[in-house]
Amino acid sequence: MQFEGEHLLPGQIGQFFVLLAFVASVLATIGYFNAGRLKDLTAKASWIRFARISFYTELVAVLAIFSIIFYICSQHYFEYMYAYKHASKELESKYLLACIWEGQEGSFLLWTIWHCLLGIFIIWKEKEWEAPVMTALNFAQFFLLVMLLGLYFGDIRIGSSPFVLTRNEINGPIFSQPDYLNYIKDGVGLNVLLRNYWMVIHPPVLFLGFAACIIPFGFAFGGLQTKRFGDWVKPALPWALFGACVLGVGIMMGGKWAYESLSFGGYWAWDPVENASLVPWMILVAGLHTMVIYKATGRSLKASYVFVILSQAFVLYSTFLTRTGILGDTSVHAFTEKDEIMKLLLELFFAVFTIAPFVMFFMQSKNMQTAAPEEKTDSREFWMFIGSIVFFLSAIFIIAKTSVPVYNKIFGTKFAPPEDAEFSYNKVMVMVAFIIGVLTAITQYFKYKSTPAGYILKKIAVPTLVSAIITVLLAVFYPLTFYKHGAGFLGALYIALFASVYAAVANAMYIWSGLNGKIKSAGGSITHVGFAVMMAGMIISSSNKKTISDNSVTGINIPFGKDEKGRDVENPMENLTLLRDVPTRMLDYNLTYKGDSAGHENGRRFYKIDMVSRDSAEHFGLTPDIYLGKNELKSSNPSTKRYLTKDIYSYISSINPGSSRPDTAQFSIKEIGEGDTAFFNKGYFILNRVVKNPDSGKYHFVQTDAALMADITLVTKEGRSYKAAPLIQLVPSDSFNVKYYDDTLFAQNMYLRFAGVTENRKVKIGIKESDTFIDFITLKAYLFPYINLVWLGLVVMAMGLLVSMVNRSRISKTTTAVLLTVAAIAMFYMFFVAGG
Amino acid sequence: MILVGIAVAIVALIVFGFPASDFSTYDTISSAKAKQGKYVHLIAKLDRSQPIEYDAIKNPNYVSFNVIDSLGAQTKVVYRNSKPAELEQSERVVLQGKMQGDIFECKSITLKCPSKYKDDKRGLERTLNGADAPAAASPAQAPTADSSAKK
Repeated sequence: MQFEGEHLLPGQIGQFFVLLAFVASVLATIGYFNAGRLKDLTAKASWIRFARISFYTELVAVLAIFSIIFYICSQHYFEYMYAYKHASKELESKYLLACIWEGQEGSFLLWTIWHCLLGIFIIWKEKEWEAPVMTALNFAQFFLLVMLLGLYFGDIRIGSSPFVLTRNEINGPIFSQPDYLNYIKDGVGLNVLLRNYWMVIHPPVLFLGFAACIIPFGFAFGGLQTKRFGDWVKPALPWALFGACVLGVGIMMGGKWAYESLSFGGYWAWDPVENASLVPWMILVAGLHTMVIYKATGRSLKASYVFVILSQAFVLYSTFLTRTGILGDTSVHAFTEKDEIMKLLLELFFAVFTIAPFVMFFMQSKNMQTAAPEEKTDSREFWMFIGSIVFFLSAIFIIAKTSVPVYNKIFGTKFAPPEDAEFSYNKVMVMVAFIIGVLTAITQYFKYKSTPAGYILKKIAVPTLVSAIITVLLAVFYPLTFYKHGAGFLGALYIALFASVYAAVANAMYIWSGLNGKIKSAGGSITHVGFAVMMAGMIISSSNKKTISDNSVTGINIPFGKDEKGRDVENPMENLTLLRDVPTRMLDYNLTYKGDSAGHENGRRFYKIDMVSRDSAEHFGLTPDIYLGKNELKSSNPSTKRYLTKDIYSYISSINPGSSRPDTAQFSIKEIGEGDTAFFNKGYFILNRVVKNPDSGKYHFVQTDAALMADITLVTKEGRSYKAAPLIQLVPSDSFNVKYYDDTLFAQNMYLRFAGVTENRKVKIGIKESDTFIDFITLKAYLFPYINLVWLGLVVMAMGLLVSMVNRSRISKTTTAVLLTVAAIAMFYMFFVAGG
Repeated sequence: MILVGIAVAIVALIVFGFPASDFSTYDTISSAKAKQGKYVHLIAKLDRSQPIEYDAIKNPNYVSFNVIDSLGAQTKVVYRNSKPAELEQSERVVLQGKMQGDIFECKSITLKCPSKYKDDKRGLERTLNGADAPAAASPAQAPTADSSAKK
């Protein structure tokens, strides 16, 4: 059948580039592998030339694929499955990129693009190690591009191409018609949950972090391939610092996203998908430290190999976990359809990148001439090594717990997460935080090899004292209030808080006492200060988080449902119902729901909430919003009032499901003259005057219209008074039919109608008390104290890593200044300005 | 010495990091009923023949509904929170909580909704053939051999 209106050319070109990129990645891998293997310089050079040409071809092809996907999605060519699934006409153009990396193919493509761009820098800057690093990089590209191939071998499709056609992918009667495209009015579009600033920016940064892990890995492979076992560490170190910086920022951007717009009620929940990206970062950080030890003392080389290889392996393992649907019921994140071939490819990718380097490593490790790990407890490297091991083991603990669904799959067991899954992590991690905090605090004061007796105690005494005082002051004036898990856990939290403060203070002081204030070489200390501030912020903000919409705090809406057995600490009543225009108390605030309005996007509604503190010192508005689908709440976006020291955070947890019950109340009509008063069962009202064709407030009529408005003051028995302005209009264009504009007093659940005029010039006012509630929302609100410490700590940590990176690489002063300034501004904007 | 230390740390991690209390189980409704008061996971479907009870005016922290599992067993569920968005549309629910008598006291709900899973082709087919299908798509124009053969 000949189909009408299809644009098949872009897809054919795109598919050609997919094939081209794939073939180029194979050739580049072979070329670079041979270049790295051969000793003969001429042969090496010619293989390098061949490999580079292949690599540049791959780069062009990958960029072309991305451009074509972008074109197809921006043109809404719904004959392509990718555009149909991810793009839509109603989608705002700022989400065009986001909808591309919403899909599996798009995010793999993003990954390959970062690999290629990093590859350019390797060719440019790391000539000596180009061959092995690029072998690893291109081999990884090979796997990623296979997953985009979409080629059939018999009945089996290898990979999933972004250029497949909708009519070939899904069944439907419309595809039996040549003009089927006319019936596809719009694409499915970006999931409303993901329509967010962070969806545009978080995936690229995270994938850059993932992509960066291949480079230290490639260097380690180079060390094994060239048998220059330790030489790779020095050039690889800046890259590892870069990876740790970008991946760390990428992970916490996900946290910020979860915190401010996904209504999960926090920035970290030990969700499997979060854990899966945290673990490679932790192992990379452990590897960073052992690499530093090796550079300084010649020890810990084998540990460096293990950590660097494992960080890449866990990047792939995390991809496997999140892409194959194996996490199933344990994660809130999206899963994918079962594609057995894709699963197999991912398993193969993971297996090859784990097994092959370890086989090489163990075959050659006996040839590595390294000193045994330092056993002297007065050396810096000893404590650094202990710290790396603790960090690594805690990463293994996290991934071991996260992998429970994998064991269930393999062994047929049925383990499920515990009642309080977060606590099962936190109780272990709080001790890790203590150990890491103390080690971070003291280790820099040790010297490599051995430290003179008494030196440490002298140097460390002041920071120890200062931190102890700060912690005690905090405990007295701003105590932690996390009682849920008893005194033991609260004590552990205090110990961890002390360790964090200790690490921050000791490292900050070390910049002066140990480094004489030389910021250039203080990258490590700055990073540690940032990390410690972030930990302290996490402990404080999580321990002292308050549910301010808690009914048991406000004391209103005491439950009287028939199955309610009364209040229960385990069932905090976190939702608060707000009737429109009725002020409701919530902790220290009086809230009034003032009404809703439509947003630009289809189905988006904003709810205005007025917040006044009880002492009237603060007055601000919150506008949480939701996406509606068929009168049903689909997704909820919080609104946050930010202060320097706290965030007040709220989101809509349910809305009025609409008038499912018909309003059976009737208007009761009162006849009343201007200036007169009439009584009704809840009070009285005064008709102040009648206005003809009003042109103020909500009404805008002109002199030729025929509209009358009643200006009414209504006073209830309790003495509250309200203004109302119902209106009546004769519509000439509608055969002089009467149109009523009723006014609603939400707070009294009452309607007023201008029902007509009598012959003796009296006005008929209808008054009706509704028997269904007119408008209400249910709100959840939290107070996060000192949450800004978390973001501040993260930014400082990232800056410290960058300072270390530039200090260890051959970058000019100007470039350094530009790089650091741009990074600082970008991160400040992302974490403190943008978003909410 | 370091190696010994690492070994001790690993053993300690396994012993203290993974106590049996840190795991619960996936259960069927009838096996959960036999384990009164024990924290379990239920995978079930919303029973659409019974109403979902939620009145945010009366109590915004009380939802109750009925679920059926794949073995046909049924239970009433009480969830002391707001009604999860799209509960009505869900294909499957994962409930975490405890059985108390005949009522499942639910602590947390995870919904599986067809609309969230674009990678589910059946879901896409429904979307495509729902609102946007041509009015003339009567049985007479049912998929031809050409289109039904597509994967």
